[in-house]
Amino acid sequence: MKQSSTRSSDLKRWLSQNTGFAAALLLFAILFLTYNVLHPRGFSSAVAIQNANETVAIAFVAMAQTLPVLIGGLDLSVGAVMTLTNCVASELLTGSPLQILLGAVLTLLTGTLFGFMNGCIVVYGRIQPIIATLATGAVAIGLALLIRPKPGGNVDDDLSWALTNSVWDLADTYGFADGGEAWWLRPFADIPVPFLLVVVVAVIVWVPFRRSVTGRTVYAIGSAEGAAYMSGLPIQRAKITAFTLAGFLAACGGLYLAIQTSSGNADVQQAGAYTLNSIAAVVLGGTSLLGGTGGAIASLVGAMILRVISFYFRILDIDPLLQPLIEGLVLLTAVSFGAFRTLRVKNQLDLFR
Amino acid sequence: MTEAIVEYRGVSKYFAGIRALEGVDFKCRPGSVHAILGENGAGKSTLIKIMAGVLQPDAGTLLMEGKEVSFAGPQAAVNAGIVCMFQELSLIPDLSVADNISISSPPRRFGLIDRRAQVSRAEELLARVRCEDVDPNALVRELSLSRRQMVEIAKALGRNPKVLILDEATSALTARDVRTVYGLLGELKDAGVASLFISHRMHEVEALCDTLSVFRNGRHIETFQKGEKSEREIVRLMIGRDVDAQFPPKPDRTGEASTTEPILEVTGLKWGNRLNGIDLSLRRGEIVGLGGLDGQGQKELLLALFGVLKDVEGDVLIGGQKGLPSSPATAKNAATRMALVPEDRKTEGLMLDMSIADNLLVSSFGKISRGPFIDPGRAAAEIRKGIAKLQIKIGSADDPVMTLSGGNQQKVVLAKWLMIDPDIILLNDPTRGIDVGTKQEIYRLMRELANEGKAILFYSSDYAELIGCCDRVSVLYGGQVVSEQSGDGITEESLVAASLNIGVEAA
Repeated sequence: MKQSSTRSSDLKRWLSQNTGFAAALLLFAILFLTYNVLHPRGFSSAVAIQNANETVAIAFVAMAQTLPVLIGGLDLSVGAVMTLTNCVASELLTGSPLQILLGAVLTLLTGTLFGFMNGCIVVYGRIQPIIATLATGAVAIGLALLIRPKPGGNVDDDLSWALTNSVWDLADTYGFADGGEAWWLRPFADIPVPFLLVVVVAVIVWVPFRRSVTGRTVYAIGSAEGAAYMSGLPIQRAKITAFTLAGFLAACGGLYLAIQTSSGNADVQQAGAYTLNSIAAVVLGGTSLLGGTGGAIASLVGAMILRVISFYFRILDIDPLLQPLIEGLVLLTAVSFGAFRTLRVKNQLDLFR
Repeated sequence: MTEAIVEYRGVSKYFAGIRALEGVDFKCRPGSVHAILGENGAGKSTLIKIMAGVLQPDAGTLLMEGKEVSFAGPQAAVNAGIVCMFQELSLIPDLSVADNISISSPPRRFGLIDRRAQVSRAEELLARVRCEDVDPNALVRELSLSRRQMVEIAKALGRNPKVLILDEATSALTARDVRTVYGLLGELKDAGVASLFISHRMHEVEALCDTLSVFRNGRHIETFQKGEKSEREIVRLMIGRDVDAQFPPKPDRTGEASTTEPILEVTGLKWGNRLNGIDLSLRRGEIVGLGGLDGQGQKELLLALFGVLKDVEGDVLIGGQKGLPSSPATAKNAATRMALVPEDRKTEGLMLDMSIADNLLVSSFGKISRGPFIDPGRAAAEIRKGIAKLQIKIGSADDPVMTLSGGNQQKVVLAKWLMIDPDIILLNDPTRGIDVGTKQEIYRLMRELANEGKAILFYSSDYAELIGCCDRVSVLYGGQVVSEQSGDGITEESLVAASLNIGVEAA
C-alpha cells in the first residue's frame, strides 16, 4: 500500500519536473497512432521500417544539438558535421568487414574530433557558441565538398541492406541466429534495425553521461553558471565534453545517412535544414533554449514528432506546398506553452537576465 | 592558546585602485564561533572571499594551520576544508536537492553517480539540519527561500568543513531553523570547527559568538571576546571615522512639512518576502533618505515605485493618483513623472558601448522628436544643456560612454533623467564608487533640485551622506521601516543602531 502511494507521488513529481517532455511524448503517441490508423498499411513492419529509416539522421542530430543547448548555447555546425561525416563514410565503408569497421570508427572519430575542436574554440577562444559553430560549420561543409565534390560513394551493399531493415533481415544477411529463424529472435524479428541503433546509442552514450559528474555539470552550467563555479564544478571540461559529444552524435547521423543512401552528398542546403530542424526538435522535446533542463531522449521524441508530421503529407491529400506552413504552425503552438513562464516572473528586470 | 586555523598577514586587496582591504592581520581559532562586524563596505565580504578562494589577495599572505596557502579557486579552498555559504546562494535551481548537496563529489558506483546513495546521503544531512520535510528528489527551484538556505547549510555540512563561513546565512530563515542552526554551530564548535559568522542581527551575534572582530574601511580594527564591550562601544567601533564630505546647507523646514501635501504616499507596501509593509511619504522640496544595511528592502522599494516589480500590494498615492506605475515607461510618462537612477550604472543605467549623446537622449526621445523622427537640432540643444548643467567632463559627445570615469558616467545617468524633468527622483546609491569631488557635486545638485520643488528619495549605504543630505531618513530593516528620523535627530549612532534594530538611542 505504502509502496504504491510513494510510486504515484514519484510519478507526480516526475510529471511536474518534466512537463515539457511528457507533453512531447503524449503528442508523439497521438500523432503516431493516428498516422498508423489512417495509413492503409498501418501498424505493419514495412511502414515502421520506412518511418524509422527516415527518422534516424534527424534523431541523432537532434540529440547532438541537445548538449550545447543544455549549457545555454547553440551548435550551428551539427548539420554540417553530419554532412562531413556522411561524405567521409561514403569513402570508407567498403572492403573487408574489418576495413568497414575501421571506416565506421574513423567516421565517428572525425565527428568527435570536430566537436572537440568546437568545444576548445568556445572555451579557450572565449567565443560565443553560436558564432563559433557558424564558422566551423562552414569549414565542415568546405571539407565535405573537398572529399566529395559530386554526390556518390561506395558503401557495402550487405551492410546497407542489413542495417536499414528489420532484425530478421540483419540476421538473414549475416547468417546468425539460424538466418533469423532462431526461436529466441522471434519476438524481436520485426523491430526495425535503425530504431534499435538509436536506442543503443542513447543507452550506451547518453544515459551514463547524464549520470556522470561531467554530465551533471552540463546541466548546472545551463541552470546557474555562477553557482556551478562557486560549487567548484569542472566547467571547462563539461563545456568541451558537451561539444565533443555533439560532434560524436552528429557523426552517428552522418554514418547512418551514408549506410541508408549508400552514398555521400555534400549538400549545403541539407546541412542547414538539419541544423534548424535539430533546434526545432530540441525545443519540441521540452528542452529550454536557456539551458539547464531537458535531455537528449526528449530531443529524440521531438525529432520523431517533426518526422511524423511530415509523414502525414503522404497519406493525406494535402498540397505538399503547405508542408512548411503547417510544420511552422505546429512548432509555434508547441513552443508557446513554454512562454507561460514569463507570466510568473515578479521582478520584470528578471526577464532580461 | 590554540594555534590559529586561518591567519591573515598583512593582506590587502584593491578594486580598480579603491581599497577593499588594507594590511589586515586576522586570526581565527578552531573551536570558536567568530563574528565579523562592520558597516557596508567595511571589507567583510572581501575578507571571506579571499578565504574561500574566490579572490586572490594583492599583497600579504594567508596561512592555514600555520602553513602558507594560496587558493586558485573555490574548489581549492573546499579541498583544504574551508566551506563558505555565500549570501547569493550557490545552489543550482534546475538540479534536485540531492544533486545539489553532493554536487562536486557525489557518491559513485562504477564511475557513475549512485543516485540511491546520493539520496540517502541527502536524507542524512537534511535530518541533521532538521529538514526531514524536504524531499531530496525535489528540484531546488521548487523550494522556498528559507528551505533553500537550509539545503545550502546541509550541503556545507556534507563537505566536512574545518572552517565554516556563514555569510548572512540566517537572513531568510524561520525562527525554528535559526534555533537549529544555533544547535549545529554548537556541535561544530565542540568538534573543533571554526565558524565565521557574518550577520547584521546583533542579538544573533550576542547569542552565538564567542569572539568578535570589527572591520572598518577595509581595516581590521579590533578583536575581542564576547562580553568585553557593550553594544554601544561596538557600534562606536564600527563608525569611528570623520565625516570628510562637505554637504550643502539644508533649508529650515520646521512647521512647513506638515502643511504641504505629500507627492508620494505609500502605506503597507508588500512584495514577496522582501517588502513587509512599508509606510513612507515624500513631499515636494524634500530629500528623504532610505537607511539601513544592504539588502533590507531598499532596492526593492525603489524598483516597486518605478513599476519594475509585479504583484506589489499596498496603497500608493502618486501625485494624487492611486496605484503604482505598471512599467518604467509609464512611470516616466505619467502626470507625475518619476526617474530612477539604478543601482548598477553599468548594466541598468547606461548602454556602455553607445555614445554619451545617445545615452543622454535615451529616456527623452518623445521630447526631441518630430513625428517618428529625431530632430537633430533639438537633440543637440538638449545634449548641450544636459552636459552643461551637470558639468560633465567629456572630449566629444560622440565618444562611447565607457570612456568616461565612474563619476562622469553617473553624471550622464543623472543628466539623462533630469532631461525628462521628473517630479520624483529615486536614487539608488548614486555615489557608490565615485570620487569625492563628484560626490559633492551630486550632493549640491540634489539640494538644488529639491529647492526647485522636486521630491527626492535617496538610498545610500553611506551614513554620512544620509546625515548630510537628507531632511528625513527612514531606516529599513527586514523590509519594514523601523525608525524615522528628521532634522538634528539624524546621527550616526541613531542610524547604525536602527540599522541593527537595537535600541541604543533609548540607552
